[in-house]
Amino acid sequence: MSDRYDRAVTIYSPDGHLLQVEYAQEAVRRGSTAVGLRTNDCIVVGVEKRSSNPLFDERSMRKISMLDNHVVMTFAGLTADARVLISRAQAEAQSYRLNFERPVTVEYITRFIAQMKQNYTQSNGRRPFGLSCLMGGFDGDGKPHLYQTEPSGIYYEWTGSSTGRAGTTAREYMEKHAGDTVDSMDEQTAVKHVVRTLMSGTEMSEPQLDVAVLRFNQPLRMVECQALDDHMRAIRGEIEAEVKTRLVPNKL
Amino acid sequence: METLLGIKGPDFVMLAADTTHARSIIVMKEDQNKIHKASDNLLISTTGESGDTEQFTEFISKNIALYKMRNGYDLSPRAAAHFTRKNLADYLRSRTPYQGLHVCRWVCFRIHQRYDETDGAELAFIDYLANAKSLNHAGHGYGAMFCSSIYDRYWHPNITQDEAYDIFKKCIVEIQKRLVVNLKNFNVSVVDKNGVRNLEPISAQSLTDYNASS
Repeated sequence: MSDRYDRAVTIYSPDGHLLQVEYAQEAVRRGSTAVGLRTNDCIVVGVEKRSSNPLFDERSMRKISMLDNHVVMTFAGLTADARVLISRAQAEAQSYRLNFERPVTVEYITRFIAQMKQNYTQSNGRRPFGLSCLMGGFDGDGKPHLYQTEPSGIYYEWTGSSTGRAGTTAREYMEKHAGDTVDSMDEQTAVKHVVRTLMSGTEMSEPQLDVAVLRFNQPLRMVECQALDDHMRAIRGEIEAEVKTRLVPNKL
Repeated sequence: METLLGIKGPDFVMLAADTTHARSIIVMKEDQNKIHKASDNLLISTTGESGDTEQFTEFISKNIALYKMRNGYDLSPRAAAHFTRKNLADYLRSRTPYQGLHVCRWVCFRIHQRYDETDGAELAFIDYLANAKSLNHAGHGYGAMFCSSIYDRYWHPNITQDEAYDIFKKCIVEIQKRLVVNLKNFNVSVVDKNGVRNLEPISAQSLTDYNASS
C-alpha cells in the first residue's frame, strides 16, 4: 500500500493516512528518550545521551536548549531538524519581545513551533520535522507550564511527559510514581523522578543523560554529573529493595 | 541639540545623556531617558528622531539577546559595535533609512572571557553616517562641543569612576553656561564588572554649590 502513497507529504493514502507524517513519528519513536516534569514552582527536563564511541566528546552534544530566558526545550528525534526548529523559535521569541515588549508565553512559543511543524505537513517539496519537543517554562505571572509538540503539529500541555524510544514506558512509570504528588514535589525529588524515569527505559551504567532545572527568573541550571551519579546509585538501591519486597511474599 | 557624553576608564564606561525631549520649539518632557540597557554589560545611548532611536536601540538589543541565546555567550563589545554600525549603514542605504537618527553611541563592557582576553571596557562612537570609532572619551550634539577641552584636560588612562563623574559635572556646568539651548538635567549610568548601574542624575539644581575649578 505504502509503495505509492508515501512519495509526497501532501498525498493521502486511501485509508486517510499521511504516511510521511507517520514515518516522522516513527523517527521520534526511535529517538533518544526525553522527559519533562512540572512541579508548582519549577520545570525539570531530562534527556538521554547515547554515545557509542569512547572518543566522542559528550559536551558537544547539547539536547537541552533555551528558547528564551524563561523557556527551556528538549526533544526526541532528528537532532539536525531540531537545530533548525530551535533557531527559528529563538528568533521568534526575540521578535515577540521587540513587537510586544513582553516575553513570549510558553503556550505561544509552543503554538509557534506546532504551527511550523504543521506547515511542513501540508506544503510541497518539504518533509515533516522528525521531532517531538518538550517545552517547559514560565509565564509572566510566574506559573510553570510544560508543553509537548508532535511532528504532525499537535500540541498538548502536561504536568509530566516523555517521548522518544522509551517514551511510553517512561510515561507509565511517571503516571504510577509521580502522578498525584507532582504539584507538591520539591526540586530534589523531581530530579530524582526524572532520572529514574530515564533509567526505567534504558539500561544505563554511567550517567548518559542531561538533566536541567529551570526556576522563575533564574538561569537554567544543569544538574552536575556527580549529583546524577548519586541519584542513580540511590535509585538502583531503591529498585533492588522494591524487587526484594515483591519477591518475599511470593516465596511465602 | 540633545547631548550625549561618554568616558571610558580602565575597567568601566560612564555615560551621561540629557533628558530633554523637544519637538520644534517646544519642550515636550524633561525626563526622557536616553541611555538604554541593551544587555547585562552593555549600554546604548542614542539621540535623534525619537521614534527611530527607540526602534533602532530595541532592534539591536533583541538581536544581541538572540546571539547570546543561540551561542551561549555574549557578542564581544567590538563585534556588537560593528553589528550596530553595519545595521545603521545598511538602513542608511535602504529605501527606509532611519530618518535623522543623528547619532548613536554604543558602550559596552566585558570582563575577560576565555575566548577573548583582550576585551575590556569599550566605548564606541557611531554617528549618523555610520562611522564607528572606539574612543576614550566622546560626545554627540552641540553640548559635546564644549566638552572636548575639558576631557583633554582631565581625562587620564587610570581614571576612576569618581573622577569621571566629576568630569561630567564640569562638562555640564559648561554646557549650561554657554549653550543657548536649555539642557537642565542629565542622567548618568555606568557599566563595569558588576553590570549596569544608574548614578545620581546631574541637574542645574544639584550643581548650584558645585565649584568646577576645585
